[in-house]
Amino acid sequence: MRDRNDQNRTGPDFNRRDFLKGSAAAATATAIATQGPDTASAANLKANVFAATVTKVTLSVNGKTHNVEVEPRVTLLHVLRNILNLTGCKEVDERSADGADTVMIDGKAVLAGSRLAIECEGKQIRTVESLRQGAEVDEVVAGFVKHDAMQCGFCTPGFVVATRVFLNQNPKASLADIRKGLGGNICRCGTYQGITMCALDISKGGK
Amino acid sequence: MAERKVAWKARKDNSLIGSDITRIDGLDKASGQAKYAADINTTGTLFARLLTFKGGAAVVKTLDTSEAEKTSGVRAVHVFNDVGKELRWDGTIVAAVAADTPEQAEDGVRAIQVSYETKPHWVDEEDLPGATKAMRTKPLGDNQKGDVAAALKAAKYVHTGYYGVTTITHMCLEPHGSHCEWDGEDKLNVHLSTQNVSGTGGQFAGPLGLDASNVSITCNYIGGGFGSKFAADQWGIACAELAKKAGKPVRLMLDRATELKIAGTRPSGFIEVTIAADAKGNITAWDSHHWGSSGIAGSTISLGQLPYCFDGIPNRNRKATGISTNTGPNRAWRAPPHPQLCAVTDVAIDDLAAKMETDSYDIFMKNLDKTPKPDVYAEEMKIGEKLMDWKAKWHAHGKGAGQSVKRGLGMAIHRWGGRAGATTCTVKIHPDGAVETFLGSQDLGTGTRTVIAITLAETFGLGVDDVKVNLGNNSYPKANPSGGSITVGGVTGPHRRAGLEALWKIYDLVAAKYKVNADSLAAKDGKILSDGKTVCSWKQACGLLGPMPLEVQGTGPKNDGLTDQGVAGVQMADVSVDIETGIVKIHKLVAVQDCGLIIDELTARSQVYGGLIMGIAYALSEERVMDNRTGRFINADLENYKLPRIGDIGELVVHMYQPDSEYERGVVGLGEPPVISTGAAISNAVANATGIRVPVLPLTPQRVLEALKGGQA
Repeated sequence: MRDRNDQNRTGPDFNRRDFLKGSAAAATATAIATQGPDTASAANLKANVFAATVTKVTLSVNGKTHNVEVEPRVTLLHVLRNILNLTGCKEVDERSADGADTVMIDGKAVLAGSRLAIECEGKQIRTVESLRQGAEVDEVVAGFVKHDAMQCGFCTPGFVVATRVFLNQNPKASLADIRKGLGGNICRCGTYQGITMCALDISKGGK
Repeated sequence: MAERKVAWKARKDNSLIGSDITRIDGLDKASGQAKYAADINTTGTLFARLLTFKGGAAVVKTLDTSEAEKTSGVRAVHVFNDVGKELRWDGTIVAAVAADTPEQAEDGVRAIQVSYETKPHWVDEEDLPGATKAMRTKPLGDNQKGDVAAALKAAKYVHTGYYGVTTITHMCLEPHGSHCEWDGEDKLNVHLSTQNVSGTGGQFAGPLGLDASNVSITCNYIGGGFGSKFAADQWGIACAELAKKAGKPVRLMLDRATELKIAGTRPSGFIEVTIAADAKGNITAWDSHHWGSSGIAGSTISLGQLPYCFDGIPNRNRKATGISTNTGPNRAWRAPPHPQLCAVTDVAIDDLAAKMETDSYDIFMKNLDKTPKPDVYAEEMKIGEKLMDWKAKWHAHGKGAGQSVKRGLGMAIHRWGGRAGATTCTVKIHPDGAVETFLGSQDLGTGTRTVIAITLAETFGLGVDDVKVNLGNNSYPKANPSGGSITVGGVTGPHRRAGLEALWKIYDLVAAKYKVNADSLAAKDGKILSDGKTVCSWKQACGLLGPMPLEVQGTGPKNDGLTDQGVAGVQMADVSVDIETGIVKIHKLVAVQDCGLIIDELTARSQVYGGLIMGIAYALSEERVMDNRTGRFINADLENYKLPRIGDIGELVVHMYQPDSEYERGVVGLGEPPVISTGAAISNAVANATGIRVPVLPLTPQRVLEALKGGQA
C-alpha cells in the first residue's frame, strides 16, 4: 500500500458512490476543457458503478478465457499474478512507477497494477509468458538473451513486453527513439546497455 | 604416468572460457518463467500486509488488533512491536496481517488501532554541530602516520575541501521477503529472496524452535540483493509464524516504502580534508576528519582505508565521528564502503590537481606509486585515455567552451579484493554421459549457473547446455553467501577441481579399455581424443563407469592457482552541465577493469555496465531524503527516489583488461569494483566542466545550482 497516512478510502466500508460524486464534480470542473468522448456523463458514470462485493469477471489472457471472482477494487496485476499464476509481470512499486507490471492490452503497453480487473473485460490481454511458446521464442525475448539484457531478471519481463510493444509501434526506432521510448521501466542492476543493444539490433539501428 | 595437476587450461586451448556465452537461464528470466520468492503461489497461499510506524521515534502506547482479526478474509495477525516497545526509525514494522487476498490484508491493517507516544528524534546525517549539540555523536577513532604538520609546511600546494556522499538504499526491485509453508508441525519450507541460501536455515530454526535440519530454504532466483539479503530477518520469522497460526502458506514481501526504509542503507560520509603536494606533484600529506551515519548504531565509512587507494601517502592524520540517527539500519551495499571512500578521496586529489593547474590524469599517474597496483593502474589509465581521447579533450577546470552548457572530464581509480568464497559442490556424471552438479549457491544476477556450466563444459569438452546446474537449495552442499565478489571464484574453483578429478577417473577407464596412454587423452567436442585421434565418444567413456554415476566433491578455495584476489580499475567520465538548470548529463563513461581470468566475457561486461549505471544513480540522482521535522523518509517510493532510466546513461565503454598476466592469476571477483569510482569520476567531470566543486553526491540540480551560486572551487 502507499506510504501515506491512511485515509480509509479504499477499504470495504468505502462507498464507491461517494467517490464517484467526488469525481463527477471534478469531471464537471474540467468538462469545458475536455469535450472528447471520454468526458464523464451522468449516464456512463452510473453504468460504471459496481458494488463492493465479489464480482464475476471474464478475462481473455493469452488467448484463453478465464472466469474469476474478485472484488471490483482488485487490480489486473493481482489477478494475473495471484489467481492465474502468470507471475512474469511483477509487483515492484504500488504506484507502477517502474514498469515491471507491463502487459499488453489490445496491443498497447499497459501497467497492470494501475488497471482494475473489471476494466479489462472484453479486452485482449497478453502477458510476457505468451512471447515464448515451447521452442517458439519472440525475437525480443531472444534478443534480451543474446545481448545479456538482464542480471537479476526481476525487471526483465516488464522490459521485454515494453520493448515488444515499442518495436511494434516503432519498427525502425533509432537510438534516440529507444532512449526515449523505453523510459517507462526501471532496472536496478543496470541492464540498460543490453536492452538498448537488443532494441537497436531488432530495429536495425533505425535504418 | 605424468603428474596430474589442477590448473586452468592454457589460454589458447579454451573453447568456451573467456568468450561471450549467453546465460543458460536467460530464456527463463526474459520470458517470465523464472520463479522468485515473490512469485510462489502454492494452493491456499495467504498474502501479508504490514502496519508500519510513520515517524522518527516513539513508544507504542496502545495496540488493538481485535478488529483486524475479525476483518473478512483475515486469517492471522502477528505483532512485531507490542505496547511499551520503543520504535527507533521510520518504517519500523508494528504488526502484520495475513489474509486470503492482498486487499483483505490491507483492510486488516487499517482495522488495527494503534497509538504512539512520540519521542525526540534526530535524522540529520550531515549537520555535525547540530548532532553534537543533540548528543548524537561518538568518536570512531583517529590515528597518525608521519608528520603532517611538517609536511604541510614544506608543501608547495595545499588544498582544503569539504566533500560528502549521502545515504542511499539498496532498492531491490524484488523486496525482501519469503513464502513460508509448513509441512506438519515441525517442518518448514521457505522460499526466501536471499543471497545466502546455505546460511539462512538456522536463522529460521532458532527463533521458531525447530531443528535446523527441518528448515528447507529455496531460492532459484533473487530479484536484487546488492548486499542486503543475507538474513532470515524478523519479517521472515513473522511470515513463518503467520503461516503456522493460519494453517496455510503465507507470502510476506515488504511493500516498497518499507523496503526502502528498513531493509538496508549505505552509510553516509562527509569529510573535511586538507591534502598537499610538493612542487613536482607528489602528494605528501593527508589530514582528514569525517563523519556520517549508518542509522541508530551511529557508524560511518571506515577510518582505516583513507586516503582510499593512496595508502602510500607518507604523512597522514585521520579521524572519524559517528552520528546516531533515527533511520533504518545499514547493510552491506555493493563494495562497502569503497564508493564513499573513493568519492571523498579522488575528488580531493582532483581539486589539488586543479590548484596546481595540472591535468588530474597526470597527478593520478604521478602518484600511482602510493597505490597497491601501480603497474596495472598505469596500463589501465593509458587504455582509458585512448578510449576517452582524454588528452585531446581535456581543458583546465572551468575553462571549456560553451556558455550555458559546460563540458568536462573526470577520472578516478578503485580497488577490491574478490577472493574466492568457501564452497563445496557435488558433481555427478551419469553412465549415459549426463552431467549435473549440486551446490547451495544462488544467482544474484552474476550468472552463477552459467559460469558453473562453462567451467564443467570446458573441462569435459561438452557444450554449455550439456551441463545441468542445480543450485538454490540448502539441502545441496554448502556454498558461500554471495557478497563481496566471492561467488564466481568461489564456485568455479571447486567445479574445475571436481571436474578434473572426475575426468582423470574417466581417462583411466578409457585408457584401460582402449589400450591407450591416459596421459595422451583429451576431452573435446563430446569425444575423448588420444593425441588428437578419436578414441570414443563422451557417452561411451561414461558408459565405462558401470551402472552407478560417478560422484566427485569439489572444494575451495585452495592455493592451486585457480583463483586469486585483488583488482584495480580506472573510470573516466565526460559530462556536460547546464549551468542555468543545474542538470548534469552523461555523454560518455569509460571503464577499464581487470579481474584475472574471465570465465564469460558477456556476463563480465554486464557486471561492469551495471556498475557504471548504479554509479550514475548515486552520483546524480538517488538519495534518501529525511524530513527533520517528522523524522520520516519522505521519498520512499520509485517516483521520488530517483534512479536513472534508459535515456540517462549516455555512451558506456567497457574495456576488460586481460593480458596473459591477468589470465594466469586465475579467477578474481568482479561484482563490486565497477561501481566504486563512478561517483568520483562524475563529480570530477562536473568540477572540470564548471570550475566549481559540487561537494556532496548526488549532484542533483539543486546542489549544482547552490554550488554555482556559492562560486567556491
